Amino acid sequence: MVICYLLLIIFGWLNIYASSYSDESASIFSLDQRSGMQLLWIGVSFAVICLILFVINPRFYFSFTWWFYLAVVVLLIAVLVIGKEVNGSKSWIALGGFRFQPSEFSKITTSLALASIIGKYNFKISNLPDLAKVLVTIFIPMGLIILEPDAGTMMVYCGFVFMLFREGLTGWIISFAFLIILLFVVTLKFDPGTAILVLLGIYGILKGIVDKRVAENILLYGVIITALAFIPRLLSWEPLHKLHELGPHYFILFFSVVTIVVSLIRHKRGNKNYSLRYLALTFACSVLFIFSVQLIFNKVLKEHHRDRIENLLGITQDLKGAGYNVHQSKIAIGSGGLLGKGYLQGTQTKFKFVPEQSTDFIFCTIGEEWGFVGSVGLLIVFFTLIFRIISNAEKHTDRSIRVYGYCVACCLFMHVFINVAMTIGLFPVVGIPLPFISYGGTSFLSFSTLLFIFIRLDLERWK
Amino acid sequence: MEHRNGNKYTILVVGLVTVFLLLVLQLVNLQLIDNTYKINAENNALRYQTRYPVRGLILDRHGKVLVGNTNSYDIIVTPYDVKPFDTLALCQIFSLDPDEVKETFRYYRRYRTRIGYQSRVFLKNVSYSQYSLFIEKKYKFPGFSASPRSIRSYGYNAGGNLLGYVTEADPVFLKKHPEYSPGDYIGKTGLEEVCEATLKGEKGYDIYLRDANNRIQDHYENGEYDKPAIPGENVVSTIDAELQHYGEYLMKNKVGSIVAIEPSTGEILAMVSSPGIDVSLLSDIGANYKTISSDPFKPMYNRAVMSPQPPGSVFKLVNALIGLQEGVITESKEYGCRNGYHAGNLTVGCHTHPSPVDLRESIMMSCNAYYCNVLREILDNPKYENIEHSFTKWREYVQSFGFGTKLGSDFPSEKGGFVPSVETYNRFHGKGRWKSLSVISLSIGQGELGCTPLHLANLAATIANRGYYYIPHIIRDTDSLQIDPKYKERHYTMVDTSYFEPVIEGMHMAVNTRPGKGATATIAAVDSLEICGKTGTAQNPHGDDHSVFICFAPKENPKIAVAVYMENAGFGATWAAPTASLLVEQYLNGGVDPKRKWLEDRIADGFLLDKVPAWKTLQEKLENDDR
Repeated sequence: MVICYLLLIIFGWLNIYASSYSDESASIFSLDQRSGMQLLWIGVSFAVICLILFVINPRFYFSFTWWFYLAVVVLLIAVLVIGKEVNGSKSWIALGGFRFQPSEFSKITTSLALASIIGKYNFKISNLPDLAKVLVTIFIPMGLIILEPDAGTMMVYCGFVFMLFREGLTGWIISFAFLIILLFVVTLKFDPGTAILVLLGIYGILKGIVDKRVAENILLYGVIITALAFIPRLLSWEPLHKLHELGPHYFILFFSVVTIVVSLIRHKRGNKNYSLRYLALTFACSVLFIFSVQLIFNKVLKEHHRDRIENLLGITQDLKGAGYNVHQSKIAIGSGGLLGKGYLQGTQTKFKFVPEQSTDFIFCTIGEEWGFVGSVGLLIVFFTLIFRIISNAEKHTDRSIRVYGYCVACCLFMHVFINVAMTIGLFPVVGIPLPFISYGGTSFLSFSTLLFIFIRLDLERWK
Repeated sequence: MEHRNGNKYTILVVGLVTVFLLLVLQLVNLQLIDNTYKINAENNALRYQTRYPVRGLILDRHGKVLVGNTNSYDIIVTPYDVKPFDTLALCQIFSLDPDEVKETFRYYRRYRTRIGYQSRVFLKNVSYSQYSLFIEKKYKFPGFSASPRSIRSYGYNAGGNLLGYVTEADPVFLKKHPEYSPGDYIGKTGLEEVCEATLKGEKGYDIYLRDANNRIQDHYENGEYDKPAIPGENVVSTIDAELQHYGEYLMKNKVGSIVAIEPSTGEILAMVSSPGIDVSLLSDIGANYKTISSDPFKPMYNRAVMSPQPPGSVFKLVNALIGLQEGVITESKEYGCRNGYHAGNLTVGCHTHPSPVDLRESIMMSCNAYYCNVLREILDNPKYENIEHSFTKWREYVQSFGFGTKLGSDFPSEKGGFVPSVETYNRFHGKGRWKSLSVISLSIGQGELGCTPLHLANLAATIANRGYYYIPHIIRDTDSLQIDPKYKERHYTMVDTSYFEPVIEGMHMAVNTRPGKGATATIAAVDSLEICGKTGTAQNPHGDDHSVFICFAPKENPKIAVAVYMENAGFGATWAAPTASLLVEQYLNGGVDPKRKWLEDRIADGFLLDKVPAWKTLQEKLENDDR
């Protein structure tokens, strides 16, 4: 883990220099440069790491968890009042010469708080009061962050759901979330009719799993879906033209509801299966969701989010406006090829085609200058790091340490995934740094702290 | 309460692996498979600035420069960098109207987003003195700069409509030739067009890096990948610059053309079309194009290859040769002439001359009656079933001299001329309703015949070669530019070499007999040059006769064959014959004998423009302009 960490920070530091590099750049150590500043932060982090590793007793964290937690919540409230607005969100507090983002630290404190709640004897997630405690712990900082607003960090908080899953939360929740995201995307990209067909397909597969007759169900629903897919075509037929004004998805909906009801009634005769009822309920909820997607999309989301999502899905193409970042970023990464253009040789990065290059879009610099080999290498390092964290966490008998480990892994994973996916055009653009690589003091310091608290806790195993 | 939940741990790890694989997959797609992003990146950051090559020179047959290059200067402005400046001072340098300059800048401001950091051409082609004045005061005008550009310069004021010109490629041309890009200069008409591929050279480029704001940053890789421009290759033409210049001097203020060919190679020594274009107008054709194209005398129209006219009496040579080959006459055959040819109620007039005449004398005196008889003998030859057969045969003979089709010269826009066929007369008269008398005017080169001066010069060369010709061409074979092998092939006529001698002797007599014996072209005689020639006077319904003369010299081993065609100038002997003889003398002797200086002056000073129809047009135009 420490090796991964060192690799990452050195690589990150070099690339910050590269991303702000231009021909008249000074030395990599110069404090006028971002690389110089980052080096300073690396130094600070090392000091903190030493503190964590050698000075502070691990028990200290769990005894002061709630004080930390409270302090960060206060800071998060403060940031809403006195915060400095950068790029449309109030997430910075300026203190003397330095600025920092309390939301970065909130990840550490929330992780510790969750570890201490779940680590308590007799905690059971299926126990409603216990679940409520967990959710409140997550939602207080998350809610404050949403108010900033900082969509990126908010999504990182969503990542805690994986930790909860490990600790006993049913997998259906995550599956349902994925289903909702899938339907959202399909509805926007195509139309509600298609979304219902997809939903019907998923229903068919799941029902097959429940029935333990997968092939039969897939075949049956495949035929039904194919038949239904012809409805729009049928409706554009001249004699039925009037009906077309109603919208083909209503017809598809009608027939698919009939299908499901019929299949449920047929089942009723045999066994009583609760899962099937849940399935039908899920189906109903999803249909409701499909029909409200447009509403959510247009009313709940902010305009720039809408633009980004539309660009990602290829609904609109605006290479100069909302799509500019991603387009330029894809160009930069794509131009890297297999081996890249060589360190400091990237033309796209050197001439600032990609905005936010040393922070959120630093992956472009890596992709362009180090090529496919470099980018995949970096991903492997991240993967190893996360994998090591969770596998080490698994070895712990102390539940709170395991929970904390999972929290760290979730945070890192969400950051890496969202950041990389957005630069290569798989995820809408949100402001979120690449851990240990992106320029930014707070982010670097907080990730280092987050990681090394776990490393310190992990050492307890050897005692 | 489970401490170890292997199942969920596995699911999470599998999920983790899946997500990372997804990311790697997209990277594979972006970086390894999809090429569009790479290309985009290059367009993004690299800017190719064209280096224009120097265009090749056009040289004459002795290596003298007909067309060279010189610098002209454009004033370039980068509106983004312009700071308030002294408009009046700038206007003074280039003698501009200050209001126009203001208007231009209003335009730049209106389109400032589109122009961005780019430069625009502010003034084109300023003079060297203006340029140096501007350079001196350049510091006063930030944002302005001067850029030299290579333009054409001309060594001789000769061949204005032969050489063609260089101009910016227009959209129509660009569409047809995708290898050119806007702003490129191309050769138009004449040699510039024919030899475009050789002359143009190859463009190079400088590669610059630019940043996201489109600002040029630096030479890419210190110019390692820049490509230098490759200059165009020179073209050597077959033209003799001095001769061409002399021909144009003789032809000034006259409408017509001169073509001179070297018979032993088919190389065109001079090709004059008058009125021509002053070469000084060519280098900046854009500014002068309107003047040139609206001239009623059509200086762009190259009469030498584009104007088919009836050849007149010079065509008698062809008929004589056909008659000899067909065996219907011999060189000693005599016909009488009573001031013309009379058959029934048809009369072809002739001038007064001794009678009867044999073949040689008929050429020497240009007897019309003789050739009426010859043509009738050819067409009414009992060897052929009917006139359609005999006429077709006659036509084949004529065509074997190159008449009626494009000769295939390398000069652009050559016209084929016209030789009538059986169908032509069937259309005129009805099938079977015409006989040799109906087409009798063909015997003396009148009627439905159209030959360009190039055809006539080729005829002179063919006779000089005793029966064959090389396709006349204007580009010389050099190592760098090999000409089509067809220009090195002999094209034989259907007449045997032996029949040419009596005809040539007739032509020799026409020029070199003592005056007073009835020879038509004694004025063209030059001591010791042994010029052989034939006059022609082509009647035309629109005004005075055209004056025609073809000749070659010397009689043995001819070095030059010339055709002169002067529109509406009258007798062949009056204008065309002396012009041709002066040209021959100039070429063979390197100058004109002082004894013939009076003739040279008479020709050069002659003003015949008022005889052509275009004169009237010009006068009307001038009157209109006055009003």
